[in-house]
Amino acid sequence: MRNEGRTLFEKESRLAFWMLAPTFTVVFAFVVFPVLWNIWLSLKAVSLADLRGSSLFDLNITLANFRKIFGDSEFFQVLTSTLSYTLGGSLLSILLGLTAALLLHEQFPGRGLLRGLLISPYIAPVVAVTFTWSFILDPQLGVLNWLGMKNGILSRPIPFLSQRWFDLEFMGRTWHLPLALTSVILFEGWRYFPFAFLFILARLQSIPEELYQAASVDGAGPFRRFIHITVPQLWTVLTTLFLFRFIWTINKFDDIFLLTGGQAGTKVMTIKVYDYAFGEFNIGAGSALAMVLFGILSGFLFVYFGWILKEERLE
Amino acid sequence: MRHWRRERIEEIIVRILRIVGILFFFVMVAFPFYWMVVSSFKSLQELLLHPDNLGLDIGKLDFTAYRDVLFEQGFLQYIFNSVYVAILTVLLSLSLATLGAYAATRLYFRGQTFMSFSILVIYMFPAIVLVIPLYVVFSWLGLRDSIHMLILVYLAQTLPVALYMLRSYFQNLPAEIEYAGLTDGCTRLGVVWRIVLPLSAPALASVALYTFMIAWNEFLFAFMFLDSPEKFTLSRGVVQLAGSVHLSKQLVMAASVLVTVPIVVLFLVFERHLVRGLTAGAMKG
Repeated sequence: MRNEGRTLFEKESRLAFWMLAPTFTVVFAFVVFPVLWNIWLSLKAVSLADLRGSSLFDLNITLANFRKIFGDSEFFQVLTSTLSYTLGGSLLSILLGLTAALLLHEQFPGRGLLRGLLISPYIAPVVAVTFTWSFILDPQLGVLNWLGMKNGILSRPIPFLSQRWFDLEFMGRTWHLPLALTSVILFEGWRYFPFAFLFILARLQSIPEELYQAASVDGAGPFRRFIHITVPQLWTVLTTLFLFRFIWTINKFDDIFLLTGGQAGTKVMTIKVYDYAFGEFNIGAGSALAMVLFGILSGFLFVYFGWILKEERLE
Repeated sequence: MRHWRRERIEEIIVRILRIVGILFFFVMVAFPFYWMVVSSFKSLQELLLHPDNLGLDIGKLDFTAYRDVLFEQGFLQYIFNSVYVAILTVLLSLSLATLGAYAATRLYFRGQTFMSFSILVIYMFPAIVLVIPLYVVFSWLGLRDSIHMLILVYLAQTLPVALYMLRSYFQNLPAEIEYAGLTDGCTRLGVVWRIVLPLSAPALASVALYTFMIAWNEFLFAFMFLDSPEKFTLSRGVVQLAGSVHLSKQLVMAASVLVTVPIVVLFLVFERHLVRGLTAGAMKG
Protein backbone atom coordinates (compact mmCIF):
# COMPACT_ATOMS: atom_id res chain seq x y z
CA MET A 1 0.00 0.00 0.00
CA ARG A 2 2.74 2.44 0.99
CA ASN A 3 4.58 1.87 -2.26
CA GLU A 4 1.73 3.23 -4.34
CA GLY A 5 1.86 6.56 -2.58
CA ARG A 6 5.52 7.05 -3.46
CA THR A 7 6.47 9.75 -5.89
CA LEU A 8 9.14 9.16 -8.51
CA PHE A 9 11.39 11.43 -6.49
CA GLU A 10 11.05 9.25 -3.41
CA LYS A 11 11.67 6.10 -5.41
CA GLU A 12 14.75 7.57 -6.99
CA SER A 13 16.26 8.70 -3.70
CA ARG A 14 15.51 5.28 -2.23
CA LEU A 15 17.34 3.66 -5.13
CA ALA A 16 20.20 6.13 -4.68
CA PHE A 17 20.45 5.10 -1.05
CA TRP A 18 20.76 1.42 -1.94
CA MET A 19 23.27 2.12 -4.69
CA LEU A 20 25.48 4.00 -2.26
CA ALA A 21 24.90 1.85 0.80
CA PRO A 22 27.69 -0.70 0.16
CA THR A 23 30.27 2.02 -0.39
CA PHE A 24 29.16 3.91 2.70
CA THR A 25 29.25 0.78 4.82
CA VAL A 26 32.73 -0.27 3.74
CA VAL A 27 34.18 3.22 4.04
CA PHE A 28 32.53 3.81 7.39
CA ALA A 29 33.69 0.49 8.82
CA PHE A 30 37.29 0.66 7.59
CA VAL A 31 38.11 4.36 7.44
CA VAL A 32 35.83 6.60 9.47
CA PHE A 33 35.29 4.27 12.40
CA PRO A 34 39.01 3.49 12.88
CA VAL A 35 39.86 7.19 12.91
CA LEU A 36 37.18 7.95 15.48
CA TRP A 37 38.19 4.98 17.57
CA ASN A 38 41.78 6.07 17.37
CA ILE A 39 40.84 9.26 19.20
CA TRP A 40 39.14 7.14 21.85
CA LEU A 41 42.13 4.79 22.19
CA SER A 42 44.51 7.72 22.56
CA LEU A 43 42.70 8.71 25.76
CA LYS A 44 42.86 5.23 27.26
CA ALA A 45 45.53 3.19 28.92
CA VAL A 46 45.38 0.23 26.52
CA SER A 47 47.92 -2.43 25.86
CA LEU A 48 47.80 -5.26 23.36
CA ALA A 49 47.00 -7.61 26.26
CA ASP A 50 43.74 -5.74 26.90
CA LEU A 51 42.45 -6.43 23.43
CA ARG A 52 40.10 -9.16 24.54
CA GLY A 53 38.97 -7.54 27.75
CA SER A 54 36.02 -5.23 28.27
CA SER A 55 38.18 -2.41 29.67
CA LEU A 56 38.20 -0.89 26.18
CA PHE A 57 34.74 0.53 26.71
CA ASP A 58 35.10 1.85 30.24
CA LEU A 59 34.94 5.57 30.64
CA ASN A 60 38.25 5.91 32.49
CA ILE A 61 39.86 8.41 30.14
CA THR A 62 43.26 9.80 30.90
CA LEU A 63 45.90 12.04 29.40
CA ALA A 64 48.64 9.64 30.49
CA ASN A 65 49.39 8.65 26.89
CA PHE A 66 50.06 12.24 25.89
CA ARG A 67 52.22 12.77 28.98
CA LYS A 68 54.17 9.66 28.05
CA ILE A 69 54.88 10.66 24.45
CA PHE A 70 55.84 14.25 25.22
CA GLY A 71 58.09 13.03 28.03
CA ASP A 72 59.77 10.46 25.79
CA SER A 73 63.52 11.10 25.53
CA GLU A 74 63.31 10.42 21.80
CA PHE A 75 60.46 12.83 21.15
CA PHE A 76 62.58 15.76 20.01
CA GLN A 77 64.71 13.63 17.70
CA VAL A 78 61.60 12.05 16.19
CA LEU A 79 60.12 15.48 15.58
CA THR A 80 63.22 16.86 13.84
CA SER A 81 63.65 13.71 11.75
CA THR A 82 60.01 13.88 10.70
CA LEU A 83 60.26 17.51 9.65
CA SER A 84 63.60 17.07 7.83
CA TYR A 85 62.36 13.98 6.03
CA THR A 86 59.07 15.59 5.07
CA LEU A 87 60.48 18.92 3.90
CA GLY A 88 63.58 17.41 2.28
CA GLY A 89 61.67 14.61 0.57
CA SER A 90 58.87 16.86 -0.70
CA LEU A 91 61.16 19.56 -2.03
CA LEU A 92 63.61 17.10 -3.60
CA SER A 93 60.90 15.15 -5.38
CA ILE A 94 59.39 18.37 -6.77
CA LEU A 95 62.79 19.70 -7.83
CA LEU A 96 63.65 16.44 -9.62
CA GLY A 97 60.18 16.33 -11.17
CA LEU A 98 60.57 19.89 -12.43
CA THR A 99 63.98 19.14 -13.92
CA ALA A 100 62.72 15.97 -15.63
CA ALA A 101 59.67 17.78 -17.01
CA LEU A 102 61.83 20.58 -18.45
CA LEU A 103 64.15 18.01 -20.03
CA LEU A 104 61.31 16.07 -21.64
CA HIS A 105 59.21 19.05 -22.64
CA GLU A 106 60.66 19.25 -26.14
CA GLN A 107 60.05 16.51 -28.67
CA PHE A 108 62.93 14.10 -29.38
CA PRO A 109 63.15 10.50 -30.59
CA GLY A 110 62.41 8.03 -27.79
CA ARG A 111 60.69 10.64 -25.62
CA GLY A 112 57.53 8.59 -25.08
CA LEU A 113 59.56 5.58 -24.02
CA LEU A 114 61.69 7.66 -21.66
CA ARG A 115 58.58 9.18 -20.13
CA GLY A 116 57.28 5.68 -19.41
CA LEU A 117 60.59 4.68 -17.87
CA LEU A 118 60.79 7.77 -15.66
CA ILE A 119 57.40 6.99 -14.13
CA SER A 120 58.38 3.46 -13.10
CA PRO A 121 59.82 4.25 -9.62
CA TYR A 122 56.34 5.45 -8.70
CA ILE A 123 54.58 2.42 -10.22
CA ALA A 124 56.83 -0.34 -8.88
CA PRO A 125 55.87 -2.00 -5.57
CA VAL A 126 57.48 -0.40 -2.56
CA VAL A 127 58.95 -3.67 -1.29
CA ALA A 128 60.78 -4.30 -4.58
CA VAL A 129 62.38 -0.86 -4.86
CA THR A 130 63.33 -0.57 -1.19
CA PHE A 131 65.01 -3.99 -1.17
CA THR A 132 66.81 -3.23 -4.43
CA TRP A 133 68.16 0.05 -3.08
CA SER A 134 69.16 -1.57 0.22
CA PHE A 135 71.08 -4.13 -1.81
CA ILE A 136 72.78 -1.48 -3.99
CA LEU A 137 73.74 0.57 -0.91
CA ASP A 138 74.77 -2.39 1.26
CA PRO A 139 78.22 -1.92 2.84
CA GLN A 140 79.27 -5.57 2.36
CA LEU A 141 77.58 -6.68 -0.86
CA GLY A 142 76.46 -3.42 -2.40
CA VAL A 143 77.59 -2.53 -5.89
CA LEU A 144 77.87 1.20 -5.14
CA ASN A 145 80.40 0.76 -2.34
CA TRP A 146 82.40 -1.79 -4.36
CA LEU A 147 82.57 0.47 -7.40
CA GLY A 148 83.54 3.42 -5.22
CA MET A 149 86.38 1.45 -3.64
CA LYS A 150 87.59 0.00 -6.94
CA ASN A 151 87.82 3.46 -8.50
CA GLY A 152 89.53 4.92 -5.44
CA ILE A 153 86.69 7.30 -4.56
CA LEU A 154 86.07 5.56 -1.24
CA SER A 155 88.72 4.25 1.13
CA ARG A 156 86.20 2.12 3.02
CA PRO A 157 82.55 1.21 2.43
CA ILE A 158 79.88 3.62 3.62
CA PRO A 159 76.89 2.11 5.48
CA PHE A 160 74.41 4.47 3.83
CA LEU A 161 71.34 3.15 5.60
CA SER A 162 72.72 2.08 8.95
CA GLN A 163 75.08 4.85 10.09
CA ARG A 164 73.73 7.88 11.85
CA TRP A 165 76.42 10.47 11.22
CA PHE A 166 78.98 10.89 8.48
CA ASP A 167 81.88 13.33 8.63
CA LEU A 168 82.43 14.90 5.27
CA GLU A 169 85.64 16.86 4.59
CA PHE A 170 84.66 19.62 2.23
CA MET A 171 85.99 23.15 1.63
CA GLY A 172 88.45 22.82 4.51
CA ARG A 173 85.74 22.02 7.04
CA THR A 174 84.27 18.88 8.51
CA TRP A 175 80.55 18.60 7.90
CA HIS A 176 78.49 16.53 10.25
CA LEU A 177 76.06 14.86 7.85
CA PRO A 178 73.06 12.78 9.03
CA LEU A 179 73.88 9.91 6.70
CA ALA A 180 70.93 7.49 6.95
CA LEU A 181 68.42 10.34 7.04
CA THR A 182 69.97 11.85 3.92
CA SER A 183 69.82 8.45 2.20
CA VAL A 184 66.10 8.01 2.88
CA ILE A 185 65.42 11.59 1.72
CA LEU A 186 67.28 10.85 -1.52
CA PHE A 187 65.24 7.68 -1.89
CA GLU A 188 62.06 9.67 -1.35
CA GLY A 189 63.15 12.06 -4.12
CA TRP A 190 63.90 9.13 -6.43
CA ARG A 191 60.64 7.32 -5.82
CA TYR A 192 58.18 10.22 -5.87
CA PHE A 193 59.57 12.65 -8.46
CA PRO A 194 57.39 11.03 -11.19
CA PHE A 195 54.30 12.38 -9.46
CA ALA A 196 55.57 15.97 -9.75
CA PHE A 197 57.01 15.20 -13.19
CA LEU A 198 53.63 14.22 -14.68
CA PHE A 199 51.81 17.25 -13.31
CA ILE A 200 54.50 19.74 -14.28
CA LEU A 201 54.86 18.22 -17.76
CA ALA A 202 51.11 18.52 -18.34
CA ARG A 203 51.17 22.13 -17.18
CA LEU A 204 54.25 22.96 -19.29
CA GLN A 205 52.54 21.70 -22.40
CA SER A 206 49.61 24.01 -21.84
CA ILE A 207 51.72 27.18 -21.72
CA PRO A 208 50.95 29.06 -24.96
CA GLU A 209 53.86 28.96 -27.40
CA GLU A 210 53.22 32.63 -28.33
CA LEU A 211 54.50 33.75 -24.94
CA TYR A 212 57.89 32.23 -25.69
CA GLN A 213 57.93 33.55 -29.26
CA ALA A 214 57.11 37.06 -28.10
CA ALA A 215 59.89 36.88 -25.51
CA SER A 216 62.36 35.61 -28.13
CA VAL A 217 61.51 38.52 -30.41
CA ASP A 218 62.21 40.84 -27.49
CA GLY A 219 65.64 39.21 -27.21
CA ALA A 220 65.19 36.99 -24.15
CA GLY A 221 67.44 33.90 -24.11
CA PRO A 222 66.40 30.51 -22.74
CA PHE A 223 67.37 31.33 -19.16
CA ARG A 224 65.42 34.55 -19.07
CA ARG A 225 62.47 32.93 -20.79
CA PHE A 226 62.53 30.28 -18.07
CA ILE A 227 62.63 32.81 -15.21
CA HIS A 228 60.04 35.21 -16.62
CA ILE A 229 57.59 32.87 -18.34
CA THR A 230 57.95 29.26 -17.18
CA VAL A 231 58.34 29.81 -13.45
CA PRO A 232 55.34 32.18 -13.02
CA GLN A 233 53.19 29.88 -15.18
CA LEU A 234 54.15 26.87 -13.07
CA TRP A 235 53.83 28.56 -9.69
CA THR A 236 50.32 27.29 -8.86
CA VAL A 237 51.08 23.69 -9.81
CA LEU A 238 54.33 23.81 -7.79
CA THR A 239 52.63 25.03 -4.61
CA THR A 240 49.82 22.50 -5.02
CA LEU A 241 52.35 19.70 -5.49
CA PHE A 242 54.13 20.82 -2.35
CA LEU A 243 50.87 20.55 -0.40
CA PHE A 244 50.20 17.00 -1.63
CA ARG A 245 53.75 15.79 -1.19
CA PHE A 246 53.98 17.28 2.28
CA ILE A 247 50.82 15.51 3.44
CA TRP A 248 51.80 12.17 1.91
CA THR A 249 55.42 12.30 3.02
CA ILE A 250 54.69 13.16 6.65
CA ASN A 251 52.25 10.22 6.67
CA LYS A 252 54.65 7.85 4.93
CA PHE A 253 55.54 4.67 6.78
CA ASP A 254 56.45 1.85 4.35
CA ASP A 255 59.55 3.36 2.77
CA ILE A 256 61.54 4.10 5.94
CA PHE A 257 60.26 0.98 7.67
CA LEU A 258 61.58 -1.19 4.85
CA LEU A 259 64.83 0.74 4.25
CA THR A 260 66.14 1.31 7.78
CA GLY A 261 63.43 0.13 10.15
CA GLY A 262 63.69 3.58 11.74
CA GLN A 263 67.27 2.99 12.89
CA ALA A 264 70.24 5.38 12.67
CA GLY A 265 68.35 8.64 13.12
CA THR A 266 65.53 7.93 10.66
CA LYS A 267 62.80 7.35 13.23
CA VAL A 268 59.92 9.49 11.98
CA MET A 269 56.59 9.80 13.76
CA THR A 270 54.79 7.06 11.83
CA ILE A 271 57.57 4.62 12.74
CA LYS A 272 57.40 5.74 16.36
CA VAL A 273 53.64 5.10 16.32
CA TYR A 274 54.38 1.56 15.18
CA ASP A 275 57.08 1.19 17.86
CA TYR A 276 54.69 2.19 20.62
CA ALA A 277 51.78 0.10 19.41
CA PHE A 278 53.50 -3.08 18.28
CA GLY A 279 56.99 -2.86 19.80
CA GLU A 280 56.03 -1.78 23.34
CA PHE A 281 52.47 -3.12 23.00
CA ASN A 282 51.23 0.26 24.14
CA ILE A 283 48.28 0.87 21.85
CA GLY A 284 47.21 3.98 23.74
CA ALA A 285 50.54 5.76 23.30
CA GLY A 286 50.63 4.82 19.61
CA SER A 287 47.17 6.28 19.06
CA ALA A 288 48.09 9.40 21.01
CA LEU A 289 51.20 10.01 18.89
CA ALA A 290 49.10 9.49 15.76
CA MET A 291 46.83 12.28 17.01
CA VAL A 292 49.85 14.54 17.54
CA LEU A 293 50.95 13.79 13.97
CA PHE A 294 47.50 14.73 12.76
CA GLY A 295 47.69 17.92 14.81
CA ILE A 296 51.00 18.89 13.18
CA LEU A 297 49.54 18.20 9.75
CA SER A 298 46.49 20.31 10.51
CA GLY A 299 48.77 23.13 11.68
CA PHE A 300 50.66 22.92 8.40
CA LEU A 301 47.43 23.04 6.38
CA PHE A 302 46.27 26.03 8.37
CA VAL A 303 49.48 27.95 7.63
CA TYR A 304 49.52 26.79 4.00
CA PHE A 305 45.98 27.87 3.19
CA GLY A 306 46.41 31.11 5.11
CA TRP A 307 49.44 31.84 2.97
CA ILE A 308 47.67 30.87 -0.28
CA LEU A 309 44.74 33.14 0.54
CA LYS A 310 47.11 36.01 1.28
CA GLU A 311 48.92 35.46 -2.03
CA GLU A 312 45.63 35.56 -3.90
CA ARG A 313 44.58 38.74 -2.18
CA LEU A 314 47.84 40.41 -3.15
CA GLU A 315 47.37 39.58 -6.81
CA MET B 1 74.81 41.72 -32.31
CA ARG B 2 75.76 41.23 -28.67
CA HIS B 3 72.27 39.95 -27.91
CA TRP B 4 72.35 37.49 -30.74
CA ARG B 5 75.63 35.98 -29.58
CA ARG B 6 74.57 35.68 -26.01
CA GLU B 7 71.36 33.95 -27.04
CA ARG B 8 73.30 31.58 -29.26
CA ILE B 9 75.66 30.65 -26.42
CA GLU B 10 72.74 30.10 -24.09
CA GLU B 11 71.06 27.84 -26.64
CA ILE B 12 74.19 25.70 -26.90
CA ILE B 13 74.58 25.48 -23.13
CA VAL B 14 70.94 24.47 -22.81
CA ARG B 15 71.37 21.78 -25.43
CA ILE B 16 74.39 20.29 -23.65
CA LEU B 17 72.67 20.50 -20.27
CA ARG B 18 69.63 18.75 -21.72
CA ILE B 19 71.66 15.79 -22.98
CA VAL B 20 73.56 15.48 -19.70
CA GLY B 21 70.31 15.79 -17.74
CA ILE B 22 68.48 13.17 -19.77
CA LEU B 23 71.39 10.76 -19.32
CA PHE B 24 71.41 11.45 -15.60
CA PHE B 25 67.71 10.67 -15.23
CA PHE B 26 67.99 7.62 -17.46
CA VAL B 27 70.77 6.09 -15.37
CA MET B 28 69.24 7.11 -12.05
CA VAL B 29 65.91 5.45 -12.85
CA ALA B 30 66.99 2.53 -15.00
CA PHE B 31 69.96 1.33 -12.95
CA PRO B 32 68.09 -0.01 -9.89
CA PHE B 33 65.67 -1.93 -12.11
CA TYR B 34 68.54 -3.19 -14.26
CA TRP B 35 70.41 -4.27 -11.15
CA MET B 36 67.35 -6.02 -9.73
CA VAL B 37 66.96 -8.11 -12.89
CA VAL B 38 70.66 -8.79 -13.44
CA SER B 39 71.27 -9.86 -9.84
CA SER B 40 68.32 -12.23 -9.92
CA PHE B 41 70.05 -14.19 -12.71
CA LYS B 42 73.37 -14.55 -10.88
CA SER B 43 74.44 -17.28 -8.51
CA LEU B 44 75.18 -16.53 -4.87
CA GLN B 45 78.82 -17.36 -5.52
CA GLU B 46 78.99 -14.84 -8.36
CA LEU B 47 77.37 -12.14 -6.20
CA LEU B 48 79.84 -12.73 -3.38
CA LEU B 49 82.98 -13.06 -5.54
CA HIS B 50 82.28 -10.23 -8.00
CA PRO B 51 79.92 -7.78 -6.33
CA ASP B 52 81.11 -5.04 -8.68
CA ASN B 53 80.52 -6.91 -11.94
CA LEU B 54 77.98 -4.68 -13.66
CA GLY B 55 77.39 -6.99 -16.61
CA LEU B 56 75.63 -10.27 -17.03
CA ASP B 57 77.19 -13.21 -18.80
CA ILE B 58 74.39 -14.48 -21.06
CA GLY B 59 76.00 -17.91 -21.17
CA LYS B 60 75.93 -18.14 -17.38
CA LEU B 61 72.31 -17.15 -16.79
CA ASP B 62 71.29 -18.79 -13.56
CA PHE B 63 67.62 -19.56 -13.02
CA THR B 64 68.04 -21.31 -9.67
CA ALA B 65 66.94 -18.22 -7.75
CA TYR B 66 63.58 -18.26 -9.52
CA ARG B 67 63.17 -22.00 -9.07
CA ASP B 68 63.99 -21.67 -5.40
CA VAL B 69 61.71 -18.69 -4.82
CA LEU B 70 58.75 -20.12 -6.76
CA PHE B 71 58.80 -23.70 -5.58
CA GLU B 72 60.61 -23.74 -2.26
CA GLN B 73 59.76 -20.34 -0.77
CA GLY B 74 56.09 -20.59 -1.69
CA PHE B 75 55.94 -17.72 -4.15
CA LEU B 76 53.70 -19.65 -6.52
CA GLN B 77 51.03 -19.45 -3.85
CA TYR B 78 51.79 -15.75 -3.17
CA ILE B 79 51.39 -14.93 -6.87
CA PHE B 80 48.03 -16.66 -6.85
CA ASN B 81 46.98 -14.78 -3.69
CA SER B 82 48.08 -11.42 -5.06
CA VAL B 83 46.24 -11.95 -8.33
CA TYR B 84 43.13 -13.03 -6.41
CA VAL B 85 43.26 -10.04 -4.06
CA ALA B 86 43.95 -7.53 -6.82
CA ILE B 87 41.31 -8.81 -9.24
CA LEU B 88 38.62 -9.13 -6.59
CA THR B 89 39.40 -5.62 -5.33
CA VAL B 90 39.19 -4.26 -8.88
CA LEU B 91 35.87 -5.98 -9.66
CA LEU B 92 34.22 -5.00 -6.39
CA SER B 93 35.60 -1.50 -6.54
CA LEU B 94 34.40 -0.99 -10.12
CA SER B 95 30.89 -2.28 -9.52
CA LEU B 96 30.31 -0.49 -6.22
CA ALA B 97 31.88 2.75 -7.44
CA THR B 98 29.82 2.68 -10.64
CA LEU B 99 26.58 2.30 -8.71
CA GLY B 100 27.59 4.91 -6.17
CA ALA B 101 28.89 7.39 -8.71
CA TYR B 102 25.75 7.07 -10.81
CA ALA B 103 23.55 7.64 -7.80
CA ALA B 104 25.65 10.62 -6.81
CA THR B 105 25.44 12.12 -10.31
CA ARG B 106 21.88 11.54 -11.44
CA LEU B 107 19.85 10.72 -8.37
CA TYR B 108 19.10 12.78 -5.33
CA PHE B 109 21.04 11.77 -2.27
CA ARG B 110 22.28 13.35 0.93
CA GLY B 111 25.67 11.75 1.37
CA GLN B 112 27.85 14.11 -0.71
CA THR B 113 29.54 15.54 2.37
CA PHE B 114 30.23 12.10 3.78
CA MET B 115 31.99 11.06 0.58
CA SER B 116 34.13 14.19 0.40
CA PHE B 117 34.87 13.77 4.07
CA SER B 118 36.05 10.19 3.62
CA ILE B 119 38.28 11.16 0.69
CA LEU B 120 39.78 13.82 2.91
CA VAL B 121 40.30 11.33 5.74
CA ILE B 122 41.98 8.82 3.41
CA TYR B 123 44.27 11.53 2.08
CA MET B 124 45.02 13.13 5.43
CA PHE B 125 45.45 10.22 7.81
CA PRO B 126 48.44 7.91 7.59
CA ALA B 127 47.67 4.25 7.00
CA ILE B 128 49.38 3.51 10.32
CA VAL B 129 46.51 5.38 12.06
CA LEU B 130 43.98 3.03 10.45
CA VAL B 131 46.12 0.01 11.21
CA ILE B 132 46.01 0.31 15.01
CA PRO B 133 42.22 0.37 15.53
CA LEU B 134 41.64 -2.18 12.76
CA TYR B 135 44.26 -4.45 14.28
CA VAL B 136 42.53 -4.15 17.64
CA VAL B 137 39.07 -4.90 16.23
CA PHE B 138 40.22 -7.69 13.92
CA SER B 139 42.14 -9.41 16.71
CA TRP B 140 39.18 -9.04 18.99
CA LEU B 141 36.73 -10.54 16.51
CA GLY B 142 39.19 -13.15 15.30
CA LEU B 143 39.13 -11.72 11.76
CA ARG B 144 42.78 -10.88 11.41
CA ASP B 145 44.39 -13.54 9.31
CA SER B 146 41.91 -13.28 6.42
CA ILE B 147 42.43 -12.42 2.78
CA HIS B 148 38.83 -11.27 2.46
CA MET B 149 39.11 -8.78 5.29
CA LEU B 150 42.22 -7.48 3.56
CA ILE B 151 40.21 -7.01 0.36
CA LEU B 152 37.56 -5.05 2.28
CA VAL B 153 40.26 -2.80 3.74
CA TYR B 154 41.64 -2.17 0.24
CA LEU B 155 38.13 -1.46 -1.02
CA ALA B 156 37.68 1.17 1.66
CA GLN B 157 40.91 2.79 0.49
CA THR B 158 40.06 2.81 -3.20
CA LEU B 159 36.26 3.30 -3.26
CA PRO B 160 35.98 7.00 -2.38
CA VAL B 161 38.61 7.95 -4.96
CA ALA B 162 37.14 5.60 -7.59
CA LEU B 163 33.69 7.01 -6.94
CA TYR B 164 35.00 10.54 -7.24
CA MET B 165 36.78 9.80 -10.54
CA LEU B 166 33.75 8.08 -12.06
CA ARG B 167 31.39 10.78 -10.89
CA SER B 168 33.35 13.53 -12.60
CA TYR B 169 33.24 11.41 -15.77
CA PHE B 170 29.51 10.66 -15.53
CA GLN B 171 28.76 14.35 -15.09
CA ASN B 172 30.03 14.95 -18.61
CA LEU B 173 27.87 12.24 -20.18
CA PRO B 174 24.75 13.61 -21.91
CA ALA B 175 21.73 12.87 -19.74
CA GLU B 176 19.42 12.95 -22.79
CA ILE B 177 20.46 9.47 -23.95
CA GLU B 178 19.60 8.13 -20.53
CA TYR B 179 16.19 9.78 -20.56
CA ALA B 180 15.59 8.21 -23.96
CA GLY B 181 16.46 4.85 -22.43
CA LEU B 182 14.16 5.48 -19.46
CA THR B 183 11.20 6.41 -21.66
CA ASP B 184 11.80 3.28 -23.72
CA GLY B 185 11.17 1.27 -20.59
CA CYS B 186 14.63 0.67 -19.19
CA THR B 187 14.97 0.74 -15.42
CA ARG B 188 17.63 2.94 -13.83
CA LEU B 189 19.92 -0.04 -13.36
CA GLY B 190 19.25 -1.06 -16.97
CA VAL B 191 20.35 2.41 -18.05
CA VAL B 192 23.56 2.08 -16.04
CA TRP B 193 24.28 -1.33 -17.55
CA ARG B 194 23.31 -0.64 -21.19
CA ILE B 195 24.11 3.04 -21.67
CA VAL B 196 26.42 4.44 -18.99
CA LEU B 197 28.92 1.59 -18.71
CA PRO B 198 29.69 1.25 -22.45
CA LEU B 199 30.15 5.02 -22.72
CA SER B 200 32.51 5.10 -19.75
CA ALA B 201 35.06 2.50 -20.84
CA PRO B 202 38.06 4.87 -20.65
CA ALA B 203 37.19 6.08 -17.16
CA LEU B 204 36.54 2.52 -16.01
CA ALA B 205 39.93 1.48 -17.34
CA SER B 206 41.67 4.26 -15.40
CA VAL B 207 39.86 3.32 -12.21
CA ALA B 208 40.59 -0.38 -12.72
CA LEU B 209 44.31 0.27 -13.18
CA TYR B 210 44.48 2.60 -10.22
CA THR B 211 42.70 0.08 -7.99
CA PHE B 212 44.79 -2.82 -9.24
CA MET B 213 47.96 -0.94 -8.48
CA ILE B 214 46.89 -0.07 -4.93
CA ALA B 215 45.88 -3.66 -4.19
CA TRP B 216 48.93 -5.21 -5.87
CA ASN B 217 51.54 -2.91 -4.32
CA GLU B 218 50.10 -2.53 -0.84
CA PHE B 219 52.44 -3.51 1.95
CA LEU B 220 51.43 -2.30 5.42
CA PHE B 221 47.96 -3.84 5.81
CA ALA B 222 49.12 -7.15 4.33
CA PHE B 223 52.11 -7.08 6.66
CA MET B 224 50.00 -6.42 9.75
CA PHE B 225 46.96 -8.56 9.03
CA LEU B 226 48.27 -11.72 7.37
CA ASP B 227 49.92 -14.26 9.65
CA SER B 228 49.88 -17.62 7.89
CA PRO B 229 52.22 -18.01 4.92
CA GLU B 230 49.62 -19.72 2.73
CA LYS B 231 47.65 -16.44 2.77
CA PHE B 232 50.54 -14.08 2.01
CA THR B 233 50.37 -11.65 -0.87
CA LEU B 234 53.53 -11.12 -2.93
CA SER B 235 54.60 -7.96 -1.08
CA ARG B 236 54.16 -9.72 2.24
CA GLY B 237 56.08 -12.71 0.91
CA VAL B 238 59.02 -10.61 -0.26
CA VAL B 239 59.35 -9.07 3.20
CA GLN B 240 59.21 -12.50 4.79
CA LEU B 241 61.89 -13.79 2.42
CA ALA B 242 64.16 -10.76 2.91
CA GLY B 243 63.96 -11.28 6.66
CA SER B 244 64.89 -14.93 6.47
CA VAL B 245 67.85 -14.91 4.07
CA HIS B 246 70.88 -12.86 4.94
CA LEU B 247 73.38 -13.28 2.13
CA SER B 248 71.26 -14.69 -0.69
CA LYS B 249 70.31 -11.37 -2.23
CA GLN B 250 69.67 -13.08 -5.57
CA LEU B 251 66.57 -14.66 -4.03
CA VAL B 252 65.24 -11.33 -2.80
CA MET B 253 65.95 -9.80 -6.20
CA ALA B 254 64.18 -12.65 -8.03
CA ALA B 255 61.18 -12.20 -5.74
CA SER B 256 61.28 -8.45 -6.37
CA VAL B 257 61.29 -9.07 -10.12
CA LEU B 258 58.24 -11.32 -9.74
CA VAL B 259 56.28 -8.64 -7.90
CA THR B 260 57.44 -5.79 -10.17
CA VAL B 261 57.06 -7.26 -13.66
CA PRO B 262 53.24 -7.66 -13.74
CA ILE B 263 52.54 -4.12 -12.65
CA VAL B 264 55.15 -2.59 -14.97
CA VAL B 265 53.89 -4.61 -17.97
CA LEU B 266 50.32 -3.62 -17.21
CA PHE B 267 51.45 -0.04 -16.96
CA LEU B 268 53.30 -0.07 -20.28
CA VAL B 269 50.31 -1.61 -22.07
CA PHE B 270 47.78 0.81 -20.64
CA GLU B 271 50.08 3.77 -20.11
CA ARG B 272 47.68 6.39 -21.36
CA HIS B 273 44.87 5.37 -19.00
CA LEU B 274 47.22 5.21 -16.12
CA VAL B 275 48.68 8.63 -16.73
CA ARG B 276 45.15 9.99 -16.87
CA GLY B 277 44.41 8.33 -13.53
CA LEU B 278 47.60 9.71 -12.03
CA THR B 279 47.05 13.25 -13.23
CA ALA B 280 43.43 13.20 -12.12
CA GLY B 281 45.08 13.56 -8.74
CA ALA B 282 43.72 10.22 -7.74
CA MET B 283 46.89 8.34 -7.07
CA LYS B 284 47.96 8.47 -3.49
CA GLY B 285 51.58 7.58 -2.93
